[in-house]
Amino acid sequence: MAEAAFPASSARPRRRLTLRRVFASRVVSIALYAIIIWLIFRTARTGAEAMGYNWQWYRVPQYFLRRTEGGYELGELVTGLGASLLLSSVAFLLALIVGLAVALLRLSDLVVGKAVARVFLEIVRNMPLLVLLYVFYYVGGPIFGFDRYTASVLCLGVFHGALVSEIFRAGINSVGRGQWEAAKSIGMTRGQSYRYIILPQSIRFMLPPLTGEAVNMIKSSAIVSVIAVAELTTAGRNIISDTYMSFEIWFTVALVYLVVTLCLSVFVSRLEQRHAVKT
Amino acid sequence: MTARPIIEIRGLGKFYDGFEALKNINLDVHSGERIVICGPSGSGKSTLIRCINRLEEHTSGELVVDGIELGEDTKDIRAVRQEVGMVFQQFNLFPHLTVLENLTIGPVRVRKIAKAEAEARARKYLERVHIPEQADKYPAQLSGGQQQRVAIARSLCMEPRIMLFDEPTSALDPEMINEVLDVMVELAGTGMTMIVVTHEMGFARKVADRMVFMERGEIVEVAPPDVFFTAPKSERCRAFLDQILEH
Ligand SMILES: Nc1ncnc2c1ncn2[C@@H]1O[C@H](COP(=O)(O)OP(=O)(O)O)[C@@H](O)[C@H]1O
Ligand SMILES: [Mg+2]
Repeated sequence: MAEAAFPASSARPRRRLTLRRVFASRVVSIALYAIIIWLIFRTARTGAEAMGYNWQWYRVPQYFLRRTEGGYELGELVTGLGASLLLSSVAFLLALIVGLAVALLRLSDLVVGKAVARVFLEIVRNMPLLVLLYVFYYVGGPIFGFDRYTASVLCLGVFHGALVSEIFRAGINSVGRGQWEAAKSIGMTRGQSYRYIILPQSIRFMLPPLTGEAVNMIKSSAIVSVIAVAELTTAGRNIISDTYMSFEIWFTVALVYLVVTLCLSVFVSRLEQRHAVKT
Repeated sequence: MTARPIIEIRGLGKFYDGFEALKNINLDVHSGERIVICGPSGSGKSTLIRCINRLEEHTSGELVVDGIELGEDTKDIRAVRQEVGMVFQQFNLFPHLTVLENLTIGPVRVRKIAKAEAEARARKYLERVHIPEQADKYPAQLSGGQQQRVAIARSLCMEPRIMLFDEPTSALDPEMINEVLDVMVELAGTGMTMIVVTHEMGFARKVADRMVFMERGEIVEVAPPDVFFTAPKSERCRAFLDQILEH
Protein backbone atom coordinates (compact mmCIF):
# COMPACT_ATOMS: atom_id res chain seq x y z
CA MET A 1 0.00 0.00 0.00
CA ALA A 2 2.62 2.47 1.07
CA GLU A 3 4.69 1.73 -2.04
CA ALA A 4 1.96 2.93 -4.35
CA ALA A 5 2.32 6.38 -2.89
CA PHE A 6 5.70 6.76 -4.58
CA PRO A 7 6.28 7.26 -8.29
CA ALA A 8 7.64 4.22 -10.13
CA SER A 9 11.04 5.78 -10.75
CA SER A 10 11.91 5.72 -7.05
CA ALA A 11 11.12 2.02 -6.63
CA ARG A 12 14.88 1.54 -6.59
CA PRO A 13 16.02 4.05 -3.98
CA ARG A 14 18.23 6.55 -5.76
CA ARG A 15 21.17 7.92 -3.81
CA ARG A 16 21.27 11.66 -3.54
CA LEU A 17 23.66 13.48 -5.80
CA THR A 18 25.90 15.17 -3.27
CA LEU A 19 28.84 17.38 -4.18
CA ARG A 20 31.22 14.80 -2.74
CA ARG A 21 29.81 12.01 -4.91
CA VAL A 22 30.07 14.16 -8.01
CA PHE A 23 33.75 14.82 -7.33
CA ALA A 24 34.40 11.17 -6.57
CA SER A 25 33.29 10.03 -10.02
CA ARG A 26 36.06 9.09 -12.39
CA VAL A 27 34.96 11.24 -15.34
CA VAL A 28 34.69 14.35 -13.21
CA SER A 29 38.03 13.84 -11.54
CA ILE A 30 39.86 13.25 -14.83
CA ALA A 31 38.21 16.33 -16.29
CA LEU A 32 39.26 18.31 -13.25
CA TYR A 33 42.86 17.17 -13.59
CA ALA A 34 42.83 18.13 -17.26
CA ILE A 35 41.45 21.58 -16.49
CA ILE A 36 43.97 22.19 -13.73
CA ILE A 37 46.90 21.11 -15.90
CA TRP A 38 45.63 23.21 -18.79
CA LEU A 39 45.30 26.22 -16.47
CA ILE A 40 48.85 25.78 -15.21
CA PHE A 41 50.19 25.59 -18.74
CA ARG A 42 48.15 28.56 -19.86
CA THR A 43 49.23 30.67 -16.93
CA ALA A 44 52.83 29.71 -17.50
CA ARG A 45 52.48 30.41 -21.17
CA THR A 46 50.91 33.80 -20.88
CA GLY A 47 53.31 34.67 -18.07
CA ALA A 48 56.21 33.57 -20.18
CA GLU A 49 54.93 35.53 -23.17
CA ALA A 50 54.54 38.61 -21.01
CA MET A 51 58.19 38.38 -20.03
CA GLY A 52 59.17 37.62 -23.59
CA TYR A 53 60.20 34.02 -22.94
CA ASN A 54 61.46 32.21 -25.99
CA TRP A 55 59.89 28.72 -25.98
CA GLN A 56 62.13 26.10 -27.53
CA TRP A 57 60.25 22.82 -26.99
CA TYR A 58 61.74 21.43 -30.17
CA ARG A 59 65.11 21.25 -28.43
CA VAL A 60 63.82 19.02 -25.62
CA PRO A 61 63.46 15.59 -27.33
CA GLN A 62 67.23 15.31 -27.88
CA TYR A 63 67.64 15.07 -24.13
CA PHE A 64 65.64 11.84 -24.21
CA LEU A 65 67.09 10.26 -27.34
CA ARG A 66 69.30 11.61 -30.07
CA ARG A 67 70.74 10.35 -33.32
CA THR A 68 74.47 10.29 -33.82
CA GLU A 69 76.64 8.92 -36.60
CA GLY A 70 76.93 5.61 -34.77
CA GLY A 71 73.16 5.23 -34.24
CA TYR A 72 70.99 6.28 -31.32
CA GLU A 73 72.19 7.56 -28.00
CA LEU A 74 70.25 8.05 -24.77
CA GLY A 75 69.88 11.64 -23.67
CA GLU A 76 70.77 13.09 -20.29
CA LEU A 77 67.18 13.02 -19.01
CA VAL A 78 66.91 9.26 -19.64
CA THR A 79 70.25 8.38 -18.11
CA GLY A 80 69.40 10.77 -15.26
CA LEU A 81 66.10 8.98 -14.72
CA GLY A 82 67.91 5.65 -14.73
CA ALA A 83 70.32 6.96 -12.10
CA SER A 84 67.42 8.28 -10.01
CA LEU A 85 65.66 4.93 -10.12
CA LEU A 86 68.83 3.05 -9.26
CA LEU A 87 69.61 5.42 -6.39
CA SER A 88 66.04 5.18 -5.11
CA SER A 89 66.03 1.39 -5.34
CA VAL A 90 69.27 0.96 -3.46
CA ALA A 91 68.19 3.49 -0.85
CA PHE A 92 64.77 1.85 -0.56
CA LEU A 93 66.36 -1.53 0.00
CA LEU A 94 68.41 0.03 2.76
CA ALA A 95 65.27 1.70 4.14
CA LEU A 96 63.53 -1.69 4.27
CA ILE A 97 66.42 -3.22 6.18
CA VAL A 98 66.72 -0.26 8.56
CA GLY A 99 62.94 -0.12 8.96
CA LEU A 100 62.61 -3.82 9.75
CA ALA A 101 65.49 -3.70 12.21
CA VAL A 102 64.12 -0.64 14.01
CA ALA A 103 60.59 -2.06 14.09
CA LEU A 104 61.77 -5.39 15.51
CA LEU A 105 63.86 -3.57 18.10
CA ARG A 106 60.88 -1.49 19.16
CA LEU A 107 58.71 -4.58 19.46
CA SER A 108 61.36 -6.60 21.29
CA ASP A 109 61.59 -7.18 25.02
CA LEU A 110 65.02 -5.54 25.13
CA VAL A 111 64.89 -2.35 27.15
CA VAL A 112 68.08 -1.02 25.56
CA GLY A 113 66.92 -2.02 22.08
CA LYS A 114 63.63 -0.19 22.52
CA ALA A 115 65.40 2.91 23.77
CA VAL A 116 67.87 2.91 20.87
CA ALA A 117 65.02 2.61 18.40
CA ARG A 118 63.08 5.44 20.01
CA VAL A 119 66.05 7.79 20.03
CA PHE A 120 66.84 6.97 16.42
CA LEU A 121 63.25 7.66 15.38
CA GLU A 122 63.03 10.95 17.26
CA ILE A 123 66.27 12.23 15.78
CA VAL A 124 65.54 11.26 12.20
CA ARG A 125 61.90 12.30 12.22
CA ASN A 126 62.65 15.72 13.63
CA MET A 127 65.44 16.63 11.26
CA PRO A 128 64.95 18.17 7.81
CA LEU A 129 66.02 15.78 5.06
CA LEU A 130 68.35 18.42 3.64
CA VAL A 131 70.17 18.82 6.95
CA LEU A 132 70.47 15.07 7.31
CA LEU A 133 72.03 14.95 3.84
CA TYR A 134 74.54 17.64 4.79
CA VAL A 135 75.40 15.74 7.95
CA PHE A 136 76.06 12.55 6.02
CA TYR A 137 78.06 14.32 3.33
CA TYR A 138 79.94 17.12 5.06
CA VAL A 139 80.43 15.31 8.38
CA GLY A 140 80.33 11.65 7.33
CA GLY A 141 82.44 12.39 4.29
CA PRO A 142 85.60 13.59 6.03
CA ILE A 143 85.25 11.21 8.99
CA PHE A 144 84.19 7.96 7.33
CA GLY A 145 85.23 8.78 3.79
CA PHE A 146 81.71 8.63 2.31
CA ASP A 147 81.65 9.75 -1.29
CA ARG A 148 78.64 11.68 -2.65
CA TYR A 149 76.80 8.59 -3.72
CA THR A 150 77.32 6.67 -0.48
CA ALA A 151 76.28 9.69 1.58
CA SER A 152 73.12 10.03 -0.54
CA VAL A 153 72.16 6.37 -0.26
CA LEU A 154 72.76 6.33 3.49
CA CYS A 155 70.87 9.57 4.04
CA LEU A 156 67.82 8.49 2.03
CA GLY A 157 67.92 4.97 3.46
CA VAL A 158 68.07 6.16 7.05
CA PHE A 159 65.48 8.90 6.59
CA HIS A 160 62.93 6.66 4.92
CA GLY A 161 63.93 3.74 7.14
CA ALA A 162 62.47 5.63 10.06
CA LEU A 163 59.16 6.04 8.22
CA VAL A 164 59.23 2.45 6.96
CA SER A 165 59.77 1.18 10.50
CA GLU A 166 56.44 2.68 11.52
CA ILE A 167 54.78 0.90 8.61
CA PHE A 168 56.35 -2.40 9.64
CA ARG A 169 55.37 -1.87 13.25
CA ALA A 170 51.75 -1.15 12.39
CA GLY A 171 51.66 -4.12 10.01
CA ILE A 172 53.12 -6.48 12.57
CA ASN A 173 50.75 -5.26 15.26
CA SER A 174 47.79 -5.81 12.99
CA VAL A 175 48.33 -9.58 13.16
CA GLY A 176 46.32 -10.96 16.07
CA ARG A 177 47.77 -12.29 19.31
CA GLY A 178 46.34 -15.73 18.58
CA GLN A 179 48.77 -16.15 15.69
CA TRP A 180 51.73 -15.60 18.00
CA GLU A 181 50.29 -18.04 20.48
CA ALA A 182 49.69 -20.68 17.84
CA ALA A 183 53.24 -20.27 16.55
CA LYS A 184 54.69 -20.47 20.05
CA SER A 185 52.63 -23.48 20.98
CA ILE A 186 54.18 -25.52 18.18
CA GLY A 187 57.59 -24.57 19.55
CA MET A 188 58.62 -21.82 17.16
CA THR A 189 61.23 -19.31 18.24
CA ARG A 190 60.45 -15.62 18.03
CA GLY A 191 62.44 -15.41 14.81
CA GLN A 192 60.63 -18.34 13.23
CA SER A 193 57.28 -16.90 14.27
CA TYR A 194 58.12 -13.62 12.57
CA ARG A 195 59.47 -15.25 9.46
CA TYR A 196 56.88 -17.92 8.79
CA ILE A 197 53.75 -16.65 10.50
CA ILE A 198 53.66 -12.95 11.34
CA LEU A 199 55.51 -11.14 8.54
CA PRO A 200 53.85 -13.03 5.67
CA GLN A 201 50.47 -12.01 7.05
CA SER A 202 51.41 -8.40 7.69
CA ILE A 203 52.69 -7.86 4.11
CA ARG A 204 49.10 -7.38 3.02
CA PHE A 205 48.66 -4.50 5.45
CA MET A 206 52.05 -3.03 4.66
CA LEU A 207 52.01 -3.07 0.86
CA PRO A 208 49.89 0.05 0.26
CA PRO A 209 51.78 2.33 2.66
CA LEU A 210 55.11 0.90 1.47
CA THR A 211 54.23 1.88 -2.09
CA GLY A 212 53.51 5.35 -0.87
CA GLU A 213 56.91 5.36 0.76
CA ALA A 214 58.61 4.15 -2.44
CA VAL A 215 56.97 7.03 -4.29
CA ASN A 216 58.19 9.40 -1.59
CA MET A 217 61.65 7.94 -1.95
CA ILE A 218 61.76 8.69 -5.67
CA LYS A 219 60.58 12.20 -4.99
CA SER A 220 62.98 12.92 -2.16
CA SER A 221 65.89 11.42 -4.11
CA ALA A 222 65.83 14.70 -6.06
CA ILE A 223 67.38 16.39 -3.05
CA VAL A 224 70.76 14.80 -3.67
CA SER A 225 71.14 17.17 -6.62
CA VAL A 226 72.33 19.71 -4.04
CA ILE A 227 75.54 17.72 -3.65
CA ALA A 228 75.65 17.15 -7.41
CA VAL A 229 75.00 13.42 -7.48
CA ALA A 230 74.14 12.46 -11.05
CA GLU A 231 70.41 11.83 -11.29
CA LEU A 232 67.33 13.26 -12.98
CA THR A 233 67.13 16.60 -11.18
CA THR A 234 70.88 17.15 -11.51
CA ALA A 235 70.60 16.33 -15.21
CA GLY A 236 67.84 18.93 -15.52
CA ARG A 237 69.98 21.53 -13.80
CA ASN A 238 72.94 20.75 -16.03
CA ILE A 239 70.89 21.04 -19.20
CA ILE A 240 69.46 24.36 -18.08
CA SER A 241 72.86 25.78 -17.29
CA ASP A 242 73.88 24.90 -20.87
CA THR A 243 70.71 25.99 -22.66
CA TYR A 244 68.78 28.41 -20.40
CA MET A 245 65.55 26.53 -21.23
CA SER A 246 64.45 26.49 -17.60
CA PHE A 247 60.67 26.41 -18.27
CA GLU A 248 60.75 23.55 -20.76
CA ILE A 249 63.17 21.45 -18.78
CA TRP A 250 61.53 21.86 -15.38
CA PHE A 251 58.13 21.08 -16.88
CA THR A 252 59.61 18.01 -18.50
CA VAL A 253 61.42 16.83 -15.38
CA ALA A 254 58.26 17.30 -13.30
CA LEU A 255 56.28 15.31 -15.85
CA VAL A 256 58.83 12.48 -15.83
CA TYR A 257 58.62 12.19 -12.03
CA LEU A 258 54.84 12.26 -12.24
CA VAL A 259 54.69 9.49 -14.83
CA VAL A 260 57.13 7.26 -12.93
CA THR A 261 55.39 7.60 -9.57
CA LEU A 262 51.93 7.14 -11.11
CA CYS A 263 53.09 3.98 -12.89
CA LEU A 264 54.47 2.65 -9.63
CA SER A 265 51.19 3.29 -7.82
CA VAL A 266 49.13 1.61 -10.51
CA PHE A 267 51.49 -1.38 -10.67
CA VAL A 268 51.27 -1.98 -6.95
CA SER A 269 47.51 -1.60 -6.77
CA ARG A 270 47.31 -4.31 -9.45
CA LEU A 271 49.64 -6.46 -7.39
CA GLU A 272 47.49 -5.90 -4.33
CA GLN A 273 44.32 -6.98 -6.08
CA ARG A 274 45.97 -10.22 -7.11
CA HIS A 275 47.24 -10.76 -3.61
CA ALA A 276 43.82 -10.07 -2.15
CA VAL A 277 42.18 -12.71 -4.36
CA LYS A 278 44.68 -15.37 -3.38
CA THR A 279 44.13 -15.30 0.37
CA MET B 1 55.96 -47.57 42.94
CA THR B 2 54.29 -45.43 40.31
CA ALA B 3 56.03 -43.60 37.48
CA ARG B 4 56.78 -39.92 37.79
CA PRO B 5 53.79 -37.76 36.74
CA ILE B 6 54.14 -36.24 33.28
CA ILE B 7 52.89 -32.92 34.67
CA GLU B 8 53.65 -31.81 38.22
CA ILE B 9 52.06 -28.63 39.47
CA ARG B 10 53.04 -27.54 42.98
CA GLY B 11 51.80 -24.46 44.77
CA LEU B 12 51.31 -22.64 41.48
CA GLY B 13 50.32 -18.99 41.64
CA LYS B 14 49.73 -16.37 38.96
CA PHE B 15 49.29 -12.64 39.33
CA TYR B 16 48.17 -10.36 36.51
CA ASP B 17 49.50 -7.03 37.75
CA GLY B 18 47.78 -7.07 41.13
CA PHE B 19 45.01 -9.54 40.29
CA GLU B 20 45.49 -13.07 41.61
CA ALA B 21 44.28 -15.36 38.82
CA LEU B 22 45.67 -18.62 40.26
CA LYS B 23 46.12 -19.47 43.95
CA ASN B 24 48.16 -22.38 45.22
CA ILE B 25 47.28 -24.89 42.50
CA ASN B 26 48.43 -28.47 43.12
CA LEU B 27 47.84 -31.13 40.51
CA ASP B 28 49.73 -34.15 39.19
CA VAL B 29 48.81 -35.62 35.85
CA HIS B 30 50.07 -39.05 34.88
CA SER B 31 50.91 -40.18 31.39
CA GLY B 32 47.78 -41.28 29.56
CA GLU B 33 45.43 -39.57 31.99
CA ARG B 34 42.49 -37.50 30.76
CA ILE B 35 41.61 -34.53 32.91
CA VAL B 36 38.58 -32.33 32.30
CA ILE B 37 38.57 -28.90 33.93
CA CYS B 38 35.38 -26.97 34.42
CA GLY B 39 34.29 -23.98 36.41
CA PRO B 40 32.65 -20.60 35.97
CA SER B 41 34.01 -18.04 33.54
CA GLY B 42 36.98 -16.13 34.92
CA SER B 43 37.90 -18.88 37.37
CA GLY B 44 41.39 -19.29 35.90
CA LYS B 45 40.95 -22.41 33.75
CA SER B 46 42.59 -20.89 30.68
CA THR B 47 45.32 -19.33 32.76
CA LEU B 48 46.14 -22.71 34.30
CA ILE B 49 46.47 -24.64 31.07
CA ARG B 50 48.28 -21.77 29.38
CA CYS B 51 50.87 -21.92 32.15
CA ILE B 52 51.52 -25.56 31.24
CA ASN B 53 53.00 -24.56 27.86
CA ARG B 54 54.08 -21.21 29.19
CA LEU B 55 51.88 -18.98 27.11
CA GLU B 56 51.53 -17.42 30.57
CA GLU B 57 54.34 -17.24 33.10
CA HIS B 58 53.46 -18.40 36.59
CA THR B 59 54.52 -16.06 39.34
CA SER B 60 55.03 -18.58 42.15
CA GLY B 61 55.26 -22.30 42.71
CA GLU B 62 56.73 -25.00 40.55
CA LEU B 63 55.69 -26.53 37.27
CA VAL B 64 57.45 -29.57 35.81
CA VAL B 65 56.38 -30.92 32.43
CA ASP B 66 57.83 -34.15 31.09
CA GLY B 67 60.74 -33.81 33.52
CA ILE B 68 61.56 -30.23 32.53
CA GLU B 69 60.99 -27.46 35.04
CA LEU B 70 59.49 -24.40 33.39
CA GLY B 71 61.50 -21.27 34.13
CA GLU B 72 63.24 -18.54 32.23
CA ASP B 73 65.26 -20.85 29.99
CA THR B 74 63.86 -20.41 26.49
CA LYS B 75 65.35 -23.68 25.22
CA ASP B 76 63.51 -25.57 27.94
CA ILE B 77 60.30 -23.73 27.14
CA ARG B 78 60.54 -24.65 23.48
CA ALA B 79 61.37 -28.24 24.36
CA VAL B 80 58.22 -28.39 26.48
CA ARG B 81 56.10 -26.74 23.79
CA GLN B 82 57.12 -29.37 21.29
CA GLU B 83 55.80 -32.04 23.63
CA VAL B 84 52.61 -30.16 24.50
CA GLY B 85 50.00 -29.54 21.82
CA MET B 86 47.47 -26.76 22.33
CA VAL B 87 44.04 -26.34 20.78
CA PHE B 88 42.48 -22.92 21.15
CA GLN B 89 38.89 -21.79 21.34
CA GLN B 90 39.40 -19.57 18.28
CA PHE B 91 41.33 -22.25 16.29
CA ASN B 92 44.18 -19.84 15.45
CA LEU B 93 44.99 -21.54 12.17
CA PHE B 94 47.51 -19.76 9.97
CA PRO B 95 45.27 -18.08 7.39
CA HIS B 96 48.01 -17.51 4.80
CA LEU B 97 48.89 -21.21 4.61
CA THR B 98 46.92 -24.11 3.17
CA VAL B 99 45.66 -26.81 5.48
CA LEU B 100 48.58 -29.03 4.50
CA GLU B 101 51.07 -26.22 5.10
CA ASN B 102 49.47 -25.50 8.47
CA LEU B 103 50.21 -29.08 9.42
CA THR B 104 53.74 -29.33 8.03
CA ILE B 105 55.22 -26.01 9.10
CA GLY B 106 55.82 -27.11 12.69
CA PRO B 107 57.36 -30.48 11.88
CA VAL B 108 59.52 -29.02 9.09
CA ARG B 109 60.66 -25.80 10.75
CA VAL B 110 60.71 -26.82 14.39
CA ARG B 111 61.23 -30.58 14.40
CA LYS B 112 63.40 -30.28 11.27
CA ILE B 113 62.01 -33.39 9.59
CA ALA B 114 62.04 -33.80 5.81
CA LYS B 115 59.21 -32.17 3.90
CA ALA B 116 58.00 -35.38 2.25
CA GLU B 117 57.85 -37.12 5.59
CA ALA B 118 56.02 -34.18 7.14
CA GLU B 119 53.43 -34.27 4.35
CA ALA B 120 52.88 -37.98 4.78
CA ARG B 121 52.40 -37.40 8.48
CA ALA B 122 50.05 -34.49 7.81
CA ARG B 123 47.87 -36.62 5.55
CA LYS B 124 47.79 -39.34 8.16
CA TYR B 125 46.47 -36.95 10.80
CA LEU B 126 44.03 -35.31 8.40
CA GLU B 127 42.68 -38.81 7.89
CA ARG B 128 42.42 -39.17 11.66
CA VAL B 129 40.31 -36.04 11.95
CA HIS B 130 38.23 -37.14 8.96
CA ILE B 131 39.05 -34.37 6.48
CA PRO B 132 41.73 -35.79 4.16
CA GLU B 133 40.07 -34.11 1.16
CA GLN B 134 40.61 -30.56 2.48
CA ALA B 135 44.41 -30.61 2.39
CA ASP B 136 44.81 -27.94 -0.28
CA LYS B 137 42.21 -25.47 0.92
CA TYR B 138 42.82 -22.36 2.96
CA PRO B 139 41.41 -22.21 6.49
CA ALA B 140 38.90 -19.52 5.54
CA GLN B 141 37.30 -21.96 3.09
CA LEU B 142 36.43 -24.44 5.85
CA SER B 143 33.57 -24.57 8.35
CA GLY B 144 34.29 -23.91 12.02
CA GLY B 145 34.15 -27.59 12.89
CA GLN B 146 36.55 -28.43 10.09
CA GLN B 147 38.91 -25.64 11.14
CA GLN B 148 39.01 -26.90 14.69
CA ARG B 149 39.75 -30.41 13.47
CA VAL B 150 42.60 -29.04 11.36
CA ALA B 151 43.87 -27.28 14.49
CA ILE B 152 43.82 -30.60 16.36
CA ALA B 153 45.65 -32.27 13.48
CA ARG B 154 48.20 -29.45 13.45
CA SER B 155 49.02 -30.14 17.08
CA LEU B 156 49.12 -33.89 16.55
CA CYS B 157 51.60 -33.50 13.69
CA MET B 158 54.16 -32.39 16.27
CA GLU B 159 53.60 -35.82 17.86
CA PRO B 160 53.22 -34.34 21.33
CA ARG B 161 52.97 -36.36 24.52
CA ILE B 162 50.33 -34.09 26.01
CA MET B 163 47.38 -32.27 24.44
CA LEU B 164 45.75 -29.20 25.98
CA PHE B 165 42.30 -28.03 24.86
CA ASP B 166 40.92 -24.65 25.89
CA GLU B 167 37.17 -24.72 25.32
CA PRO B 168 37.61 -26.22 21.84
CA THR B 169 33.90 -26.25 21.02
CA SER B 170 32.77 -22.94 22.55
CA ALA B 171 33.18 -20.96 19.35
CA LEU B 172 31.36 -23.52 17.20
CA ASP B 173 27.81 -23.63 15.92
CA PRO B 174 25.90 -26.34 17.79
CA GLU B 175 25.68 -28.67 14.81
CA MET B 176 29.49 -28.80 14.53
CA ILE B 177 30.29 -29.51 18.16
CA ASN B 178 29.94 -33.26 17.88
CA GLU B 179 32.27 -33.71 14.94
CA VAL B 180 35.01 -32.12 17.05
CA LEU B 181 34.13 -33.99 20.23
CA ASP B 182 34.10 -37.29 18.30
CA VAL B 183 37.67 -36.66 17.17
CA MET B 184 38.67 -35.89 20.75
CA VAL B 185 37.03 -39.07 22.04
CA GLU B 186 38.95 -41.06 19.43
CA LEU B 187 42.13 -39.32 20.47
CA ALA B 188 41.46 -40.24 24.09
CA GLY B 189 41.18 -43.84 22.91
CA THR B 190 44.77 -43.75 21.67
CA GLY B 191 46.10 -43.18 25.17
CA MET B 192 47.06 -39.53 24.70
CA THR B 193 47.48 -37.49 27.87
CA MET B 194 44.79 -34.82 27.66
CA ILE B 195 43.77 -31.81 29.68
CA VAL B 196 40.52 -30.39 28.42
CA VAL B 197 38.77 -27.26 29.56
CA THR B 198 35.16 -27.70 28.54
CA HIS B 199 31.58 -27.53 29.68
CA GLU B 200 30.56 -30.47 27.48
CA MET B 201 29.64 -32.78 30.31
CA GLY B 202 28.63 -35.65 28.04
CA PHE B 203 32.15 -35.68 26.68
CA ALA B 204 33.57 -35.39 30.20
CA ARG B 205 31.61 -38.38 31.43
CA LYS B 206 32.78 -40.42 28.47
CA VAL B 207 36.52 -39.76 28.61
CA ALA B 208 37.58 -38.13 31.85
CA ASP B 209 39.64 -40.04 34.37
CA ARG B 210 39.38 -37.11 36.76
CA MET B 211 37.26 -34.00 36.85
CA VAL B 212 38.69 -30.75 38.18
CA PHE B 213 36.41 -27.95 39.34
CA MET B 214 37.90 -24.47 39.63
CA GLU B 215 36.56 -21.29 41.09
CA ARG B 216 38.19 -17.90 41.74
CA GLY B 217 41.64 -19.15 40.83
CA GLU B 218 41.52 -22.23 43.04
CA ILE B 219 40.97 -25.92 42.53
CA VAL B 220 37.90 -26.61 44.62
CA GLU B 221 37.35 -30.25 43.83
CA VAL B 222 39.07 -33.14 42.07
CA ALA B 223 37.14 -36.37 41.62
CA PRO B 224 36.49 -39.22 39.21
CA PRO B 225 33.47 -38.44 37.02
CA ASP B 226 31.07 -40.90 38.62
CA VAL B 227 31.66 -39.32 42.01
CA PHE B 228 31.92 -35.81 40.60
CA PHE B 229 28.57 -35.87 38.85
CA THR B 230 26.61 -37.79 41.46
CA ALA B 231 28.05 -36.69 44.77
CA PRO B 232 30.19 -33.57 44.56
CA LYS B 233 31.59 -32.71 47.97
CA SER B 234 31.52 -28.95 47.78
CA GLU B 235 28.42 -26.83 47.72
CA ARG B 236 29.85 -24.52 45.07
CA CYS B 237 30.59 -27.36 42.71
CA ARG B 238 27.09 -28.73 43.11
CA ALA B 239 25.59 -25.32 42.37
CA PHE B 240 27.73 -25.01 39.25
CA LEU B 241 26.76 -28.46 37.99
CA ASP B 242 23.09 -27.81 38.62
CA GLN B 243 23.37 -24.66 36.59
CA ILE B 244 25.05 -26.14 33.52
CA LEU B 245 23.29 -29.51 33.55
CA GLU B 246 19.82 -28.08 33.64
CA HIS B 247 20.14 -27.03 29.99
N1 LIG C 1 46.17 -11.00 30.24
C1 LIG C 1 45.43 -10.77 31.35
N2 LIG C 1 45.60 -9.63 32.05
C2 LIG C 1 44.87 -9.39 33.18
N3 LIG C 1 43.96 -10.22 33.67
C3 LIG C 1 43.74 -11.37 33.01
C4 LIG C 1 44.47 -11.71 31.83
N4 LIG C 1 44.04 -12.91 31.39
C5 LIG C 1 43.10 -13.30 32.27
N5 LIG C 1 42.92 -12.40 33.24
C6 LIG C 1 41.98 -12.50 34.37
O1 LIG C 1 42.27 -13.69 35.06
C7 LIG C 1 41.08 -14.34 35.45
C8 LIG C 1 41.07 -15.76 34.94
O2 LIG C 1 40.97 -15.73 33.54
P1 LIG C 1 40.89 -17.03 32.67
O3 LIG C 1 41.98 -17.94 33.06
O4 LIG C 1 40.82 -16.63 31.25
O5 LIG C 1 39.49 -17.63 33.15
P2 LIG C 1 38.61 -18.77 32.48
O6 LIG C 1 39.37 -19.38 31.36
O7 LIG C 1 38.34 -19.72 33.60
O8 LIG C 1 37.35 -18.11 32.03
C9 LIG C 1 39.93 -13.51 34.91
O9 LIG C 1 39.40 -12.73 35.96
C10 LIG C 1 40.57 -12.62 33.87
O10 LIG C 1 39.93 -11.38 33.84
MG1 LIG D 1 38.95 -19.38 29.27
